[in-house]
Amino acid sequence: MSTPDAVQLALYLAALLGLSPPLGTYMAKVYQEGRPPLVGRLLGPLEGLIYRACGIRPEQEMGWRTYALSLLAFNLLGGLALYGLLRLQGELPLNPLGLAGMEPWLAFNTAVSFVSNTNWQAYAGESALTNFTQMLGLTAQNFLSAATGMACLAALIRGLARRESASVGNFFVDLVRSLLYVLLPLALLLSLVLVSQGVVQTLAARQEVTPLQETIQGAGQGPARGDAAGQALALGPAASQVAIKQLGTNGGGFFNANSAHPLENPTPLSNFLQCLAILLIPAALCHTFGAMVGDRRQGWVLLLAMLALFLAGLGLALWAEAAGNPGLAGLGLEEQGGSLEGKEVRVGVVGSALWAVATTAASNGSVNAMHDSLTPLGGLVPMLMMQLGEVVFGGVGSGLYGMLCFVLVAVFIAGLMVGRTPEYLGKKIGAFEIKMAALVIMAPLFAVLVPTALAVSGPAAAASSNPGAHGFSQVLYAFSSMGNNNGSAFAGLDATGPLYTLGGAMAMLVARYWLALPVLALAGALAAAKSVPPGPGTLPTHTPLFCGLLVAVVLVVGALAFLPALALGPVVEHLQMLGH
Amino acid sequence: MSKSKRRRPRIDAALLSEAVWASLVKLSPKAQVRNPVMFTVWVGGVLTLGLYAHSLLAPLGEPPGFILAISVGLWFTVLFANFAEAVAEGRGKAQAAQLRRTRQTIMAKELPITGDPPRPDSPHRLISSSDLQTGDLVLVEAGDLVPGDGEAVAGVASVDESAITGESAPVIREAGGDRSAVTGGTRVLSDWLIVRITARPGETFLDRMIALVEGAQRGKTPNEIALGILLAALTLIFLLVCATLLPFSQHAVAQAGQGRPVGLAVLAALFVCLAPTTIGGLLSAIGIAGMDRLIQKNVIAMSGRAVEAAGDVDVLLLDKTGTITLGNRQASAFVNLPGVEPRQLAEAAQLASLADETPEGRSVVVLAKEMYGLRAPDLEQVTAFIPFSAQTRLSGVDLPGRSIRKGATDAIRKLVAGQGGHFPEVVEAVVAQVAKEGGTPLVVADNGRVLGVVWLKDIVKGGIKERFLELRRMGIKTVMVTGDNALTAAAIAAEAGVDDFLAEATPEAKLQLIRDIQAQGRLVAMTGDGTNDAPALAQADVAVAMNSGTSAAKEAGNMVDLDSNPTKLLEIVETGKQLLMTRGALTTFSIMNDVAKYFAIIPAAFVGTYPALGVLNFMGLATPQSAVLSAVIFNALVIVGLIPLALKGVRYRPQGAAQVLGRHLLIYGLGGLLVPFAAIKLIDLILVGLGLV
Repeated sequence: MSTPDAVQLALYLAALLGLSPPLGTYMAKVYQEGRPPLVGRLLGPLEGLIYRACGIRPEQEMGWRTYALSLLAFNLLGGLALYGLLRLQGELPLNPLGLAGMEPWLAFNTAVSFVSNTNWQAYAGESALTNFTQMLGLTAQNFLSAATGMACLAALIRGLARRESASVGNFFVDLVRSLLYVLLPLALLLSLVLVSQGVVQTLAARQEVTPLQETIQGAGQGPARGDAAGQALALGPAASQVAIKQLGTNGGGFFNANSAHPLENPTPLSNFLQCLAILLIPAALCHTFGAMVGDRRQGWVLLLAMLALFLAGLGLALWAEAAGNPGLAGLGLEEQGGSLEGKEVRVGVVGSALWAVATTAASNGSVNAMHDSLTPLGGLVPMLMMQLGEVVFGGVGSGLYGMLCFVLVAVFIAGLMVGRTPEYLGKKIGAFEIKMAALVIMAPLFAVLVPTALAVSGPAAAASSNPGAHGFSQVLYAFSSMGNNNGSAFAGLDATGPLYTLGGAMAMLVARYWLALPVLALAGALAAAKSVPPGPGTLPTHTPLFCGLLVAVVLVVGALAFLPALALGPVVEHLQMLGH
Repeated sequence: MSKSKRRRPRIDAALLSEAVWASLVKLSPKAQVRNPVMFTVWVGGVLTLGLYAHSLLAPLGEPPGFILAISVGLWFTVLFANFAEAVAEGRGKAQAAQLRRTRQTIMAKELPITGDPPRPDSPHRLISSSDLQTGDLVLVEAGDLVPGDGEAVAGVASVDESAITGESAPVIREAGGDRSAVTGGTRVLSDWLIVRITARPGETFLDRMIALVEGAQRGKTPNEIALGILLAALTLIFLLVCATLLPFSQHAVAQAGQGRPVGLAVLAALFVCLAPTTIGGLLSAIGIAGMDRLIQKNVIAMSGRAVEAAGDVDVLLLDKTGTITLGNRQASAFVNLPGVEPRQLAEAAQLASLADETPEGRSVVVLAKEMYGLRAPDLEQVTAFIPFSAQTRLSGVDLPGRSIRKGATDAIRKLVAGQGGHFPEVVEAVVAQVAKEGGTPLVVADNGRVLGVVWLKDIVKGGIKERFLELRRMGIKTVMVTGDNALTAAAIAAEAGVDDFLAEATPEAKLQLIRDIQAQGRLVAMTGDGTNDAPALAQADVAVAMNSGTSAAKEAGNMVDLDSNPTKLLEIVETGKQLLMTRGALTTFSIMNDVAKYFAIIPAAFVGTYPALGVLNFMGLATPQSAVLSAVIFNALVIVGLIPLALKGVRYRPQGAAQVLGRHLLIYGLGGLLVPFAAIKLIDLILVGLGLV
């Protein structure tokens, strides 16, 4: 690894670890006290206005059932609105290219995808969506789905922090505050910086440009085209969407090429900031958790466990990408400094690998390189990061509540081993808690493995572009992504068939709401429970030992569930590449 | 307290052969379905047998012999789990049989119920003990068996309770007070008792005990249910993994154009190896063995829930007398006033104690003899003995011209004042000093002249302080409960090393204390024997009633200690913790085993399709078939290998939670990861060596 690469990595980690505590503390204030300093004074009146306009009574707390119903109803309405927009965009304004409405199944898939914070894109943004849809539909859902995840997490944290309480907070208040005080200011800030770096933000239609070089359309498919006519550059209000796509772990690009597109990610600084934004809020939420339960160390342990898993994955991916493909040796195609196939030269091997691991560790899914072209092990890491249940940072809110379910399982096993009814933060972990945590952990496994099995048996198997193990990897990646609300893909898979649009939508729904419901039930049960004061006999959950145990539990569950599938995909690819 | 003399049924050949038979009986699906993890193995066994039959008629991918071998492996997995449960149940069954012999129908001497107090010489009629109703009065005379549980309403008798407690020394039962409860099946050795029956036939203590040791009433405990859910979830995950592996494998074969899709028998083998069969197979044995270990300690727990709660206890309420200190106070020093010879005081104290039959009184006589060689003087001069009574709170003797008294400070002060004497200031100071240091002062006066003070001391039991230290390390707080005043209580508490004390305790104060502690979310354990302990026992989370106590106390508690040894509480807590630890340790071990099994089976299953995967077989297992069989055999054998651990429980050490976790993770986590690699390789070598594959 070159010095600039090493500096980039070090800076990245330093920025992540340095910025997350203050942001986490700030968010804890948002959920606990209502109005945070400064921003609260600025936007407080707006918050009040929203409550009055919507008839929300902010002081009225909800039990978990009401909270869950509100969440579901709100998301259902959001999904229907988005579906309507996608279907009717041809008749709506801000459509300079005169695009038509989307196909029903694809629109359904897209609506589910954006409501569930997945942002799986089975379409190309610049040629399929109007600016109206991009802004009012997708960007809006980018904010709302992220805020939904954060609200759900806030409820779970309150469940752990409260004692003998019948309520877990007010969903609409949590939603509005997440939006107003966290997501909007951060997204505004980031979009301004991105615009300064050259990310496009305009309502203008395409622009004709004359390239310096002749563009070649598919080597060997005919004569060069566009030599005189030039090229049509797609434009649009990208910066505002790109900021929230990263901050809200959404990942849906404005352009099809996502953050590999020069107009979506033009400079090293924009690349660094976007990559940082992917993990920033999920990391900061760990500190929010620590602050809200009154023990910062508990938050640090979770953050460090996530970081350990992230760094292990990153190490493997960096190594695999740097090693490249030995099969190219002697063909005059020797790679300098690693595998560059499918990568932006300006981003480089390290920058691409870092992004690939970060975007899959968090359930973001934006890309700055083509994951399909990663080396087998370099592609295994993003796949595994998703398959671990998107708990290594994970989605905003959803990553931490998923991780907390793994914590409950770890606490349960460890608690038994020390000879006490397991308890976490003073709450006894009994049959109900384990049942809910198991549901949360199991749901994504089903959402990934069942559709993958369907996709590789029968006629749908033809959808992948590659024969052999890599074809299987593509399918496995697609459902690992949808079944964990990530949204990134191994391109080269034709994901427009009904199995992928409809089955994928089901996987995304399960991964989002089948998790949110047990999490809220858990929040309700924990809030209602008594709290046991800790003593020397209680298992300490802020120690390195517990951190290690948590990492082991996450890894073992993920590895045991996906080892056979991975063995038939990337592992075989890797071994075959080595010439075994 | 004498050690229990109960002869426990040992694990011997007879018990084992019975267990082998029982494990075959337990193969019925009705028995299996109660344990979801093992039921899936059972289904796997049925499935592979079907596949074997099928392969005999129409060849499948794998040779029939291989499929049969897998099937046998799976059946043995089920059998070994059954065997573990049967062995655990076996001891209880044997003991229940012993107890049942005591529970025979006998003829009871029923007395008529009249308005008058019952008398032993009233005419009685003989009725069968199975016809007795609650409230009936029965006469039990020397040599008779007590026909049912009840309360002595008249009489005193020595009773042989060895049938219940295993303790051969007879105990005294008498009407009134805290020793009035009698248990059906025990035998009156001398004198007589009139007993009011309090339990209907079939619901007596003996009946409940039989049911408990037999495990007939064993319900699952809260932690066991939670663990069961976790194991079921894991089983479901592995079922999903193995079920989806078939299409994955078919797809791989189609893509690679070589090899065969993985066979159903191998998938069944893989599933059984991955499912948490080790803990699943041993789970019920662990629970039964935990209850059994308590029974071996002569404690009958009314529910498994109580045993489990014992592991969670945060606070122990311990009665001072009998638990922390020896039952009685003993004279430890004579404090003479200025101008009084020490010997003079000792002599007076000895004389005054001659008529004091309490242990305290006797200890004064002994101390005077030991310190000054004083022998009881010629008693013929004594004109009157004044025995100790709770009302006067003093005792003494009258000699010609002398009246010697010894008693509580107030009592002597009143006496001295009554005789027109002077009660010196300095006595007050001495008395306060003695009390402050945890002693009880007795003031001695001779003809109205105060000579000095006898220092009675509570003797803290040997080793108890270390015990409390251990408890503290485990995170358990001890609270001493005593009727003493706060000063004395504080001194003894400090000497014994308890964390807190409740002085001048009344039953109400005790109940309130328990409620207060519980309101903080903590669990409380206590022991008790008297009727006035019953409310507190009912309130406590773990309540151990002494068998010698009243039936009200026994009803209120959720455990009965047959040895009536209050220190037993500590062992009960340990047993509860051990129970949870064993479950946790074996769960960890079971899950960690899966890693090695994957490395055995995955390459074996797919090497035909993707020869590159052969690299994963770094254990160098001989053939794909030997690899699968080795994993299955290991999976079955590990259950048998862990039966002793499941029955005995993980070794318990009094340490903080973090240390215990670290040690167990090392042994069962890391061990569980590494052991199967070695074991599977070894089994593979043996299979090859025997030429079986």
